[in-house]
Amino acid sequence: MSEPMAVNGDMAIALAWKQIDPDVVAAYPITPQTIIVEAFSDFVANGEVNTEYVCAESEHSALTICVGASAAGARVATATASAGLAFMWEMLYISASMKVPIVMAVANRTLSGPINIHCDHSDAMGGRDSGWLQLFGENVQEAYDNTLIGFRIAEDMRVRLPIMTCIDGFIITHALERFEILDDDVVKKYVGPFQAVRPLLDVKNPTTYGPLAMPDYYYELKYQVQASMDASIDVAREAMADFEKISGRKYDLVEGYRTEDAEYVMVAMGSTAGTMRFVVDQLRAQGKKVGAVKVRMFRPFPAADMAKFLEGKKAVAVMDRAMSPGTGSPLYMDVLESVSRIKNPPRVNDYVYGLGGRDLIPGQLTTIFEEIMSGKGERVNFMGVRK
Amino acid sequence: MANEISSALPAGGMIVEAGNSKKYKTGEWRAQRPEVDKEKCTNCLTCWIYCPDNSVKVENEKMVGFKYSHCKGCGICANQCPAKAITMKEEGVE
Repeated sequence: MSEPMAVNGDMAIALAWKQIDPDVVAAYPITPQTIIVEAFSDFVANGEVNTEYVCAESEHSALTICVGASAAGARVATATASAGLAFMWEMLYISASMKVPIVMAVANRTLSGPINIHCDHSDAMGGRDSGWLQLFGENVQEAYDNTLIGFRIAEDMRVRLPIMTCIDGFIITHALERFEILDDDVVKKYVGPFQAVRPLLDVKNPTTYGPLAMPDYYYELKYQVQASMDASIDVAREAMADFEKISGRKYDLVEGYRTEDAEYVMVAMGSTAGTMRFVVDQLRAQGKKVGAVKVRMFRPFPAADMAKFLEGKKAVAVMDRAMSPGTGSPLYMDVLESVSRIKNPPRVNDYVYGLGGRDLIPGQLTTIFEEIMSGKGERVNFMGVRK
Repeated sequence: MANEISSALPAGGMIVEAGNSKKYKTGEWRAQRPEVDKEKCTNCLTCWIYCPDNSVKVENEKMVGFKYSHCKGCGICANQCPAKAITMKEEGVE
């Protein structure tokens, strides 16, 4: 094991890619992802990796190049954020339906407008229904760890779907934290060699990728994505169990904190999870029966795992760093679906927060816990907005 | 209607057999069917030249009819025929 370093979240992802040495990286820079592709292009220029690095003229082209490269038999990575991810929208669905296991880092940044470069999860939520797997990391270490785990899940022959490894823009992408890197050979062994399925460059077995499908086949091909999503739950558990063996860090699709005897639980994704545990500890010190649940894997949504954590609880607050004007927010909707599997489900409140990079301070989470403990709060709440 | 189940199809709908478009009977799309009146036909083969789907049958340099398996009924042959020997008939109507 190497000495601990101080790096930011983007650099942690670039270092993971360096160790994995993908065959192709095609990308277009966008804040707050830019550090990833800048650092990685340095590795390419210095001959530290063997990657073919393609500077695309847009994100739409970047992901298109990735699709072609993956179909040709290459291991592929890319990165984007915000409007860049939105510009990939057409190709998100195409890449998932073509079942090409591209690994894409997403530095979560809000969508315009008003134009804003700061963090929320609106960009990733646009890809929620595309058929991409989605992991969310809490800190710099998890930015790196989820990248390694992400390659394993996406490229597994039982899955073969593209994956987004998401981290909060600026909060994680640009913040220096203590970070432990695994040894190169350990990473190479964990991720394993890339296995191609009918590569385009195999001229002896000619293959057409991405042909049209009429009404008599479209639905069955779309269902392949669902079948892969279902399979990815067990594959992700295996990938995380194997990761614990090489790193000592234990991860799960959904992770509970002091939930066992808790009556009130808060659910969040990304960097807020750390703040949430801090507040849980404070309230526990005052004798309050509170707990926290962090969602690492958002797609597929591990509803059965979530239901296990929330069974028997009195009330739940879901922290949503995205909004769906006119209805509940994405994470809230999935948590509601999860608790609908429980007899006498807890009341679930949705708290929209942190949009466009608005700071979250621990006292606000304390207030939310107090609100759900006293049976108050609307179904959908807009925390801290000046109405 | 196709009957293969989802898991039996190649991943992502890729085509793993070269040249299999021959098996795709695009003639099923046809709403109108070309018919030739051999009394008027001069065997100039203008229809054969223009047909975008290679669906005009020619034997011994004579136009002898249409391959309906892949004729989509576009009507280009009828439109181009200098002898007005080809007419388009509604499919499904006697």
